[in-house]
Amino acid sequence: MAEFRMPSLGADMEVGTILQWLVKPGDSVKRGDIVAVVDTEKATIEIEVFQSGIIDSIFVPEGNEVPVGTLIAMIRADGEPAPAPAPPKPAAPRPPVTLKPAPIVSPQPAARPEAAKVAALPHKLRVSPLALRVALDLNVDLSKVKGTGPEGAITKADVERAAKAAKEAPHAEAEPAAPKVEAPPPAVPRAKPGVAPIDHHTAMRRVIAAAMARSKREIPHYYLGTQVDMSRALAWLQAENLKRSVTERILYSVLLLKAVARALHDYPEMNGYWVDNAFKHSDAIHVGVAISLRKGGLIAPAIHDVDKKSIDEIMANLRDLVQRVRAETLRSSEIADATITVTSLGEQGVESVFGIIYPPQVALIGFGKVVERPWASNGMVGAHPLMTATLAADHRASDGHRGGLFLAAIDRLLQEPDKL
Amino acid sequence: MNASAKTARMTYREAMRQAIREALQRDPRVFLMGEDVGRYGGCYAVSKGLLEEFGPERIRDTPLSESAFVGAGIGAAMGGMRPIVEIMTVNFSLLALDQIMNNAATILHMSGGQFNIPLVIRMATGAGRQVGAQHSHSLEGWYAHIPGLKILAPAVIEDARWMLWTALEDPDPVLIFEHQTLYNMEGELPAGSGPVDIEKAIVRRPGTDVSLISYGGSLHKVVQAAEQLAPMGINAEVVDLRVLRPLDNATIIESVTRTHRALIVDEGWRSGSISAEVSARIMEGAFYELDVPVGRVCTAEVPIPYAKHLEDAALPQVPVIVETVRALMGSNG
Repeated sequence: MAEFRMPSLGADMEVGTILQWLVKPGDSVKRGDIVAVVDTEKATIEIEVFQSGIIDSIFVPEGNEVPVGTLIAMIRADGEPAPAPAPPKPAAPRPPVTLKPAPIVSPQPAARPEAAKVAALPHKLRVSPLALRVALDLNVDLSKVKGTGPEGAITKADVERAAKAAKEAPHAEAEPAAPKVEAPPPAVPRAKPGVAPIDHHTAMRRVIAAAMARSKREIPHYYLGTQVDMSRALAWLQAENLKRSVTERILYSVLLLKAVARALHDYPEMNGYWVDNAFKHSDAIHVGVAISLRKGGLIAPAIHDVDKKSIDEIMANLRDLVQRVRAETLRSSEIADATITVTSLGEQGVESVFGIIYPPQVALIGFGKVVERPWASNGMVGAHPLMTATLAADHRASDGHRGGLFLAAIDRLLQEPDKL
Repeated sequence: MNASAKTARMTYREAMRQAIREALQRDPRVFLMGEDVGRYGGCYAVSKGLLEEFGPERIRDTPLSESAFVGAGIGAAMGGMRPIVEIMTVNFSLLALDQIMNNAATILHMSGGQFNIPLVIRMATGAGRQVGAQHSHSLEGWYAHIPGLKILAPAVIEDARWMLWTALEDPDPVLIFEHQTLYNMEGELPAGSGPVDIEKAIVRRPGTDVSLISYGGSLHKVVQAAEQLAPMGINAEVVDLRVLRPLDNATIIESVTRTHRALIVDEGWRSGSISAEVSARIMEGAFYELDVPVGRVCTAEVPIPYAKHLEDAALPQVPVIVETVRALMGSNG
C-alpha cells in the first residue's frame, strides 16, 4: 500500500486545498494519471499520481485545505489484497463520511458537572485509526455509530456492526432529511468547511514574497550579462515561418529555450537544485518558463526535457502551457520540477532583466527585448538586432567564470539556429 | 555440539550451567569470571562445579570491583579471548557502566572498525525475591539504549540453554539479562532444540485479539494472563521480545497488524523504558492498524520495596494484566 501525500508544488507552497477528486476508492490509476484538482495560493493545479494501482481510500474530502505532506489517499498496488472485505459498491454516489472534530476533553471527565457537559456535546467523537479506515472502506457514517471501546471510542467492531445493520435495513435512512453540514475530519488541521475561495491576488503576493525573500536572503547571486546578435536567428526564423501557416509559426523565444537547454549540457552546474548545503545536479533538463498571469502575479511551469525535443515540440508545449496557465489547469509535475528558469521580458520592452533565482534552483536566465543598434562585426558597423541575455546564478553552485562561458555558449548556439 | 535428541527436564539454572560448560568445552579461549563464580559456585549457583571441572585458570573469582573485572574482560576480548563476565545484579553493573558503554560498546566504532570486543556479560536482573531495592531493579532497558551492544533476555529454558553460544560467536559485546526469579523455574528443553538466533522476537502463544508484548521474567505472567483471558473469549497473542537491542520491529508490527491491539508488559519503570520504545515503534509502524491506544503495564516508579506485599504491589502482576487487557477490549471484550 502506497501513501499519496499532498505534493509540494514548488518551494513556495505550504498548503493546498482539494477542490475536486477525480477518482474514488476502487478506481484503477496508472502512473501520470490526474487524480485531483488542487488549489494553491498561486493557481489551480491538477495533481498526478506516481504509482499505478487502485485507490484504496481517500482521507481528505473535497474542500479541505491541508499542509504539504499530509496523507490524502492510499493507493493499493495491483494484486495487493484489500485490507477489509469491501461491500458491494453502491450505484449512487457515496454519501460523505461525516466526521467532526473532537473537542479537548479533560482526562477525567466523569465526576465533574462541567466536564459532563463537555461529554454531552453532540459532536464529540472518539474513533480509532483502524475504525476510521474501515469506516471509509465500508462507507459508514461515524456520527451514527455507538462506540464500545475504551472511553466510548468507536472501534473496528463497532463500524463493522453498523455496516452490517445498515446492509440489513438498507432503506432505513435512505435520504437525509436536511442537507448535511459536512465537517472536516479531526486529523486534518486548518480545515475549512466547504470550498473556500482563495483570494489569489493577496495570496499570490504573499507566496511570491516568501519565495523571493528566501532567495535573496539565502542565495548569493552573481549577475552576468552579454549582448547577443540575433540577426542570424531571426533571419532563419523568418525564412522558416514563411513556409508555415499562421498557427504553426514559431516564436523566437522557443529558440532561446532550446539554446539554453543545449548549453546546459556543457554547464551542468547551472541545472539542478541547492538542497541540504550541496548542489544536486539534475540529468533531466526541465526549463521553467515565467508566465505572467492576467490577474497579476506570475508562475513558472516547466517544459520537460527541452534538450531532447524539437523546435516544433517545444513550440507546441509552450503554446499548450500558456493556454493552460490562463485556464488554470496546470499539472503538478510541471509546477514542481523545473530545474532552471527562463524569464523573458522582451514583450514588456525592457532591454535587460536581472532576475531572482527561484529556490531551490541555482540559475535563472533573463532575455530582454530585441532592439536594433549599431553593432560592429567583421570590421563593419551595421544595424543589428541585439538582445541582452543575463544570467543570475547561485555562487554556491558555480562561479562567474563558468557562468560567463555558459552565457557565451547560449550566444554561440543562437548563431547557428538551423542546428538547434 | 549436537542438538539434544530427546526432551529433558531441567531448571533455568541448569540450562545456563550447561550452556557455560558447553562453551568452555568447545572453545579454549572461553573463560568465566566474576564475583564468587569459583569456590562459591556463583551467587545463584549457576557455576557450581565448574571450578572443579575446569580449574582456576578458566573459572576465575574476582575482587569486588565491577569496573576492574569488566575492564579486564574487555582487555581479554581485545587480546583474543572469549570471556564470559558475570555481574551479580544489574544494579552493580552501573559501577562498570563506564567500561561497558565507553569502552565495550564504543571501541569498534572509535578504532575505525579495527577492534571488535567479543565479550559476553551475564547479569541477574529483576525483582520478586525480596532482596531490596539495590538488588532488584530492571535496568536492561537502559542498556538497550546504547548502540554497539546487543541485549538479550532469555525467558525460557530453551533460550537459557542456547543463547550463550550464539552470543559468544558474536564479534561484538552481548549482554545477557537473566531474571532472578527464573533460576528455579523448571521446564522442558524440547527435543531437537539447538542454537537460537539473537535477532528475532518470537510469538510464544498465537492469538487474534490483542498482542501482549513482554520479555524475561514478565513473560510468564503474561502467558498466565493469556490463559486466564481465553475462557473470557479473549484470544491473546504473546510476543517474547527476547532481544531488546536491536528490537525486532517486523515481528512486533506484524503481530499488532493482525490483532489491532497491543499491551506491553515490562518490569522496568514506565518513563523512558523499553516499553516506551516498543510503543513508539508501534505508533510509527502500525498506527493505522490500531483499534485502541497502546497499553502498558510497568513497575510502579519507586525503588523496589523489600516488604513482600509492597514488592508485589509495585510489580506487574497477572490480575492487573488481565484487567488492563479487558479494558483495552472495551465492552466488546
